[in-house]
Order: sequence, then structure tokens, then C-alpha cells
Amino acid sequence: MGKKTLMTGNEAIAEAAVQAGCRHFFGYPITPQSEIPEYLSKRFPEVGGCFLQAESEIASIYMVFGAAGAGARVMTSSSSPGISLMQEGISYISAAELPCVIVNVMRGGPGLGGIQPSQSDYFQATKGGGHGDYHVLVLAPSTVQEAADLMMEAFDLADKYRNPVMILGDGFLGQMIEPVEFKRRSSTDRPARDWTITGAKGRAQNVVKSLYLKPDVLEQHNLQLHRKYQKMIKNERRVETYLTEDAQVVIVAFGMAARIAKTAIKILREKDIKAGLVRPISLFPFPYQTLEKVAEKVDKLLVVEMNLGQMIEDVKLGVCGKAAVHFYGRVGGMVPSYDEIVAEVEKIVKKKR
Amino acid sequence: MKTPFYEDIILAGFGGQGIMFIGKLLIHGSMKEGKNVTWIPSYGPAMRGGTANCTVVISDEAIGSPVISSPHSLIVMNNPSLDAFEPRLKEGGVLVMNSSLITRKVKRKNITVIGVPANEIASEIGDKRAANMVMLGAYVAHTKTVSKEKILEGLTDLLGEKKRQLFEVNKKAFEKGMEFGKV
Repeated sequence: MGKKTLMTGNEAIAEAAVQAGCRHFFGYPITPQSEIPEYLSKRFPEVGGCFLQAESEIASIYMVFGAAGAGARVMTSSSSPGISLMQEGISYISAAELPCVIVNVMRGGPGLGGIQPSQSDYFQATKGGGHGDYHVLVLAPSTVQEAADLMMEAFDLADKYRNPVMILGDGFLGQMIEPVEFKRRSSTDRPARDWTITGAKGRAQNVVKSLYLKPDVLEQHNLQLHRKYQKMIKNERRVETYLTEDAQVVIVAFGMAARIAKTAIKILREKDIKAGLVRPISLFPFPYQTLEKVAEKVDKLLVVEMNLGQMIEDVKLGVCGKAAVHFYGRVGGMVPSYDEIVAEVEKIVKKKR
Repeated sequence: MKTPFYEDIILAGFGGQGIMFIGKLLIHGSMKEGKNVTWIPSYGPAMRGGTANCTVVISDEAIGSPVISSPHSLIVMNNPSLDAFEPRLKEGGVLVMNSSLITRKVKRKNITVIGVPANEIASEIGDKRAANMVMLGAYVAHTKTVSKEKILEGLTDLLGEKKRQLFEVNKKAFEKGMEFGKV
């Protein structure tokens, strides 16, 4: 394409999937992400893709499991309550080491909650929302452009690690319109997949499973998964730092909250308060090292989230007591305003520590 | 050094008045002028008759928050929208309001108010649905956020082939609105 067009975050995510070569979608509608399946239901027939609205989120994720096992480039999307329903399947797919992309356009919870934007699924996304010792790779875009870019990359990362990759956005990111440009991909080649179940004629049987009854065998499997997560931690940490060089106070926020924080930082700097931002883009693996470095120079941090304090735990692990970590959050679909963030930072700056 | 351009607007009315549409038109036109833009809707079960609003940011620089506490400008099409957003308008800001439907007086003294009888004008032109374009015309003429040419280009894009026959009436409504916004 190479031309900027205006799209909602949901549409851009869907189009990015098409351009990344994804041809299988299984899902069930839920606000505020229904435009993803809506878009793909129109777009996939044009490119020979398979769009299927399943009877539930549970069915959707197991269809993803099946398609991934057969080697397809496959995705699903949902919003918080629907993603909860998928957790069992995500655990199975992680255990079976299959690549897929899962999009969570978060809304307020718990339970059915509401339909307005939220970031309250951070724990669920980053700590392994289902049972067992596993992780999905989690990427959190903050603009429509970044959502499209990360979505394309998500499929490659899923293949690279044979692991689910989650795009974690919120209702505003899904609904908002911004210019987006789809970057030409140098290649849509995928790594060799000799593990797929495509019929064993003329070759040894492939087995895709998550059941290991012998504890010593399961332990080896767990350790192999662990080595894989260590590789992700080594290679895939992504973070944006903004005006942290001369900062006296640093805000830590991801996704939509980080954008709002940037405006707050501009206002603060006009008031001669030198504020900066650390924006984790990969939430698992989390950029602990960046925070460790920041905490060597800055003694006050403010974590801003659209929840009541989830990422702050990872921030504290990174900071490791070297700086005071404060928190400001709004919940239930309420979004923190830059004025509120400015007021919080002003309060913190006045504090002795 | 020239100060970089920055403008943010909240547009509000009831569902069916075309508030979301003129918000989109504004960002289409502004993008064509090379600006960064964001458009964020109030989303939810608000259809015809309910309240609807969207927030638009237009800037030379990368846009931080697409959510605005106190906007520089306000376009309101009905009473509930005026009640909801008048207190939030920035000091010295511009309020463009639909005087056909807004029956109460504006309370704020420290803002510029442009009253536009948008429904009457749209009816005179021959399509009462074009009241939104009258409002947009008044706003654009007053603030010069974007050129008339780019708005009309955007209109062509947004209407597409299917609704091409609506171009002339929308253009006329926009031009009529501009007369009210001229400084």
C-alpha cells in the first residue's frame, strides 16, 4: 500500500492480519472488538481465507488450536470476558507449542463488567491466565499504526517461538480512528513446520498434545518451555523511553494510558517539572532492565494504569527498591485524564520521598 | 520558529444528527493537509435518539492523548450536549451551537459563541439532514482549522460512489454554514 488511510484500531488490526498472511479466523462477537470479525468476514472471502463465527469463545479457541496444529496462520480476537473463556484453550495451545495470535481489546471487569476501555487484564495476559506454568508473548500497542505493525509481527513471533502471541489493546484503541500505513513485508515466508498434522502418508507420525502422564517427562517438557520463555526474555523485550534523560520524575504506563501520559508530560514540562515516560511495549517479556536503569537516576516514579495496580508489581520488581513507586489508576471504563496525571505528579514531586 | 498547529474539538449531539460523520470529515480533510489526527467516539448502545459525541485532535506533532479534558472548541447540536460540555470548554474557546434546537442561554462569559440555526438552513437548502454540515462550515470558517477544499475532497471520499448524489446538498450546507463562522 504505502499510503496512509484512516482506520479504526480494530479495522487496522484485521487488515494487518490479512497482510501478514493470516487466512484463518475463529471467534465470537463481543464489544468493543466486533469490528475485527466484521472486517474479516468481508475481507477473507476476497483472499481465500476462512472466517468462521463459532458458537462460543471456548469453541473458537479450540478451532484455533486445530488450525494451528494443521499449520495454518491463524488468529482469534475477543474482549475481556471472552478471553477469560478462552484461557483453558490458551493453556493447551501453549503446552502443545503451537503458533497463533490472540487479540484482546480490553473492557472493564470483573464479570461481564462494562463495554468501556480498561487495562484490567494485565495480570491475566502476562502471568499465564490459564493453568500450568506457561506464558504467552504479550504486545501492547498505543496507536493504531503500532497496532497494525505489532499485529503483523505477532504472526512471525508466534512462528519463531511456536507460542501464542497476544495483542493487548483497550476499547479506545479498538474504536479510535487514526492514519495507518501498512508496511510492505519483505517476505511472508514462514519457518519450516515439520511438526504439523497434515496426514502422515510417507513420513513418521506427528503428535500434537499436552498430556504427559510421566512426571519426569512432563518436567522435561516444562523445562523446555521455560528455556523458550528465557529466549523470549532475552530477545523480545520492547520498550519506549520518552524524555527520561533529564527527568526528575518518570511515569510508567502502557497502551492508551501511556499516550495520555505523554500529553501530561508536555504540560508538566511547561510548568518546569521535568517528567519522562517509560512505555513497556512487550508486557511479557517485561522490560525490567529499563526500569532498573531509570531508577538509578530518578527517585520518583508514577505508574498510571486503567486498573487498580497490576503492572506496578512488575515495575517494583524492576526498580527493586531503588526509587519510590507511586500509583494512579482509573477503572470501570473511566479513563485517566492528563489533568489528573499532572495533579498526581505535582503531588509526588512535593513529597520528600 | 513557527508554533506547531494544535487543535482539539468535542462534537456532540443526538444519534442521527451526523455528529460522528462531521468529526470523521474533519480528520479526513486535515490528514490531506499532512496533519496528524485522531478521532475517538463515545461508543455503546447509543443509536438514533441517544446522545453521541466524538473527540477530534489535529496536530502538526505526534498526538499524545486522544482523550481531551477541556477542548479548545466545541460543536454542540442539542441541549443535553450543551449541558454536558459547556463547563469543559477551555477559557477563550470557541462554542459553535445549533440555535435551532438549543433553547437556553450560554452560561459561560469567557468563550466565543457562534449560534447557527442549522436545522432551518438545512431545510431551506432542501435536506434537513445536512444540518451537521452547516455546523461544520461555521466551525471551519471561524477557526480555519482546515481548508474548504480539503473538506470537500474528504466529503467526496467519505460519500463514495453510493452516496455521490448527496455531495451537492452537503457542499451547499457547508458553504452556508461558513457564512456564519466568518470572523
